[in-house]
Amino acid sequence: MPVKTANAVEVDHLSVRLGDVDILRDLSFSVPVASSVAVIGPNGSGKTVLFRALIGAIPHTGSVRWAPGTRIGYVPQRLDLERDLPVTGRDLLLARARLASVAPSAIERALTRVGLAPDILGKLVGTLSGGQFQRLLMAFALLADPTVLLLDEPTAGVDEPGQERLNDTVRRLQTEGVTVLLISHDLSVVFRFATTVLCLSRDHTCFGIPRQVLTPEILAQVYGEPVGFMIHD
Amino acid sequence: MTSLSASSFALSAAMAVAAGLIGSFALMRRMTLAADALSHVALPGIGAAILLGVHPLAGAVVALVAGAVLIWALESRTRLATETIIGVVFSAALAVGALLTTGEELMDALFGAPSTLSQAELLAGFVGAGAVILFVLLARDRLIMMFVSSDIARTAGINVRRLSLLYLLAFAVTVALGLRYLGALLMGSLMIIPPATARRLARNLASMLAISVAVALIATLLGEWVAARLNRESGPIIVSVAAVCFFLSLAGRRAPGV
Repeated sequence: MPVKTANAVEVDHLSVRLGDVDILRDLSFSVPVASSVAVIGPNGSGKTVLFRALIGAIPHTGSVRWAPGTRIGYVPQRLDLERDLPVTGRDLLLARARLASVAPSAIERALTRVGLAPDILGKLVGTLSGGQFQRLLMAFALLADPTVLLLDEPTAGVDEPGQERLNDTVRRLQTEGVTVLLISHDLSVVFRFATTVLCLSRDHTCFGIPRQVLTPEILAQVYGEPVGFMIHD
Repeated sequence: MTSLSASSFALSAAMAVAAGLIGSFALMRRMTLAADALSHVALPGIGAAILLGVHPLAGAVVALVAGAVLIWALESRTRLATETIIGVVFSAALAVGALLTTGEELMDALFGAPSTLSQAELLAGFVGAGAVILFVLLARDRLIMMFVSSDIARTAGINVRRLSLLYLLAFAVTVALGLRYLGALLMGSLMIIPPATARRLARNLASMLAISVAVALIATLLGEWVAARLNRESGPIIVSVAAVCFFLSLAGRRAPGV
């Protein structure tokens, strides 16, 4: 059933059970077009499972309704690929460009959007730094001109300058009208970029504007311990 | 032992090209264990076909397709469970096949024995090899996407379950094509050793596919020729040639991607 309002996605009573364990229970929220949602929560709270349910990769109950014409760009934390295979940046991007029926010239535009030099095309994927690899995956996602980007901890394992470049890229995409759903452990990133935050934990979920939702009390409930943070205006 | 006719030589080449291509994606898919085990499942099919008085290859194809569908059905389960079941089921298939097949037939089925091919066998071989090669060429980008990340592939609109089944069926057909040369015990090796060699030497995906095909071709054609000269089973010689290529590749060093 298509989404009636200007929402990119509407999620109703979403539950995911893997084996005997309830990973997500009765989750409902909607994401307005061109907004940015940060998904936070401790390890094992189901953040990646939520993304995989949103793209239909795992069985779930409840409904996930994407707006008509939605094109999803998914940037996973890691690939299924072994890193020592002779696969270059060009191999990946060319395959994606051909499938999306876009001209090879779109590859250079996608690289520019994520701040990568064209020489990345000839490099083996396994030799890239964490930041280069994540930006290559983002360029890969951007090739199909997505209306929604799902980013699974894009800055995990990336050094600080690399994190800044990735955050700049995400911010630029937001201004271009791309709806962004972002899993992050970094609360400062959540406060700087997210219009809405979704917090997941075993016993507690919350959804709303970061400054209203992320009180020290709620964060303590979500993470099971006090979480210190400072908001810079 | 027959001399190699031009058409049987061409079929050997087509089988080797299919094995080199399909095997490269098996390596990307991390299914080397399943690939090797799947080739064993041809044996009970051959044994049953001989007992029933039908063409052994028909029995092998039925058993291989059933094996491919079994792996496909198991893929939704955990990796550990899948590997355990593959280990048990396919080893059992080898045992049952050995019981059903006896004497010289068993040796031929296990290690391969080139023989004069009928027109129908040649035609079936070319159709099978052509279908596998065409599938890899047409589905190449979708296969890359699926093996890079099945989740990304889904968001790109690829039907991952269907593509995975088609890939496994192409794999099963390739094993069937090579049974005549390598037998059920060794065919999996021809689909693993050439891409493993290519992985050491290649600088990108296209060169990996090309080197894998080249090694499979050299191993098959040289191995078959030597086997005919020495009047021996072709399978062990083909795999030995492929293994020499692999060990030589260990001495080489892949140039860094620049």
